[in-house]
Amino acid sequence: MLNDITLGQYFPGNSVIHRMDPRMKLILTIVYIVGVFMVGNLPGYLLALGFLYLVVRISGIRFKYLLKGLKPLRFIIVFTFVLNVLFVQGETPIFTLGFFTLTREALHNAVFFALRLVFLVMGTSVLTLTTSPMQLTDGLERLMRPLQKFHFPAHELAMMMTIALRFIPTLLEETDKIQKAQMARGADFETGNLINRAKAMIPLLVPLFVSAFRRANDLAMAMEARCYRGGDHRTRLRELQYTRLDLYAALATAAYVAVVVLEGRLLG
Amino acid sequence: MPIVIEHLNYVYMSGGPYETHALSDVNLTIEDGEFVGLIGHTGSGKSTLVQHLNGLLMPTSGKITVDGLDIADKHTDRRAIRRKVGLVFQYPENQLFEETVAKDIAFGPRNLGLDEQEIDRRVREAMRRVALSYEELHERSVFELSGGQMRRVAIAGVLAMEPQVLVLDEPCAGLDPRGREEILGLIRDLHREAGTTIVMVSHSMDDVASLAERVIVMNHGKVAMDGTPRDVFARGDELRAIGLDVPQAVLLADRLRERGFDVPQGIYRIEEIKPVIENIVGKGARAC
Repeated sequence: MLNDITLGQYFPGNSVIHRMDPRMKLILTIVYIVGVFMVGNLPGYLLALGFLYLVVRISGIRFKYLLKGLKPLRFIIVFTFVLNVLFVQGETPIFTLGFFTLTREALHNAVFFALRLVFLVMGTSVLTLTTSPMQLTDGLERLMRPLQKFHFPAHELAMMMTIALRFIPTLLEETDKIQKAQMARGADFETGNLINRAKAMIPLLVPLFVSAFRRANDLAMAMEARCYRGGDHRTRLRELQYTRLDLYAALATAAYVAVVVLEGRLLG
Repeated sequence: MPIVIEHLNYVYMSGGPYETHALSDVNLTIEDGEFVGLIGHTGSGKSTLVQHLNGLLMPTSGKITVDGLDIADKHTDRRAIRRKVGLVFQYPENQLFEETVAKDIAFGPRNLGLDEQEIDRRVREAMRRVALSYEELHERSVFELSGGQMRRVAIAGVLAMEPQVLVLDEPCAGLDPRGREEILGLIRDLHREAGTTIVMVSHSMDDVASLAERVIVMNHGKVAMDGTPRDVFARGDELRAIGLDVPQAVLLADRLRERGFDVPQGIYRIEEIKPVIENIVGKGARAC
């Protein structure tokens, strides 16, 4: 039943993008996001699309798959679009319908916000699709390490993320099992009004929490049995290393952002 | 009310890269009052098969009828089927959630829409069947009980639906020897006294040998063997080839035959081999 859900999926591969250092991928993703916000006109979005398309082609992920990833977000995208059309105040009306006046500015805003969302989601999807959760948290931990000087728990945060990601499939499986077990006892999760449905979740949630707590307890025990004691002086099996690949990627992204900025200046 | 399975196929994650054929062309009829032992190594399709018996999984293709009702038919009331066929999952104690034992057992009957009096009767009856004292335990929290007691409460929760067919997926997994004996004992009584049809999935050949009247062996999603325990356990080499084994008594009989003792064919239960050994020991003592 829950098998259809794919969450934070990683697409194993051996492309240049896959082999990049996760830290660089994280940094460049942030740069890309900033870049998306600097785009102010349609040709700029064409540039962004071109860049994204190139990256996706190199990574070997099918573009179609990326578009499929937008599907769960279609409501948010449509919602922001409608909100912008309705509530942005503008000066140059296109047409009026009773109380409602569609202005050029509102339409402009609506289209651009929607496009921004689409580009944000697609760009960050490239990151999660080409980087395994382990690599991703490793990269995050290293990037946040300087913050430890200010007593920021970088290692703990990364460890929590790793554990959370690791247990998502396990919990989904467990949910499926408990749901089936309660259905075998005549429970009904699919019909009834909102209140009844919320009530119907109790037989599912209580056992799920009980088992999650037990699992957490077991895991803590197992980690302690293997002498885990936090991040201090902990060495790694694979140290992250920047390579020439990362340099090229950084240069390419920098060039792209420069073009976007220039284009904005020239045409904006 | 027999369960008839015809040409059942089941495919997990159809069409995707992880497509797996869990069941292929399974044909079975489970008659009223049978005690079926379902064996097979991990991943052989046993659990997938039993989840079809009460409509938790729908066949990819093929047909299953319970008491004449087609489980895949949209007009069939799923609850009616789940009322007829009770399913006890592996580690069923993981599904307990209510504040008290009695409330948890009442969950099933309550879902059936029965009145309070009938629910109370069923809770008492189910607890009696699993040998838990109603007076002592009905107000206790399920999470205060021992592992064996929790499992019995969970089984009682399914029994309170008063199913005509009870399907148990590894009912003894993770229990100590005494807990196993108790669970097996109550399953046996249920079959003998209440006449409930039992389908028991098990990894233990000995449990199956001591209880089942019919053994179905699954391998790679197919029915590999189907027959009386005597016939199935006589095919020890084939069983070993698919990662299973034979009951201790069969093993013992084989060894004795190797040593040249005269052991009758078709022995598979401890009770059957006991007189044979007594006989041998008796002779040996005389020979000395």
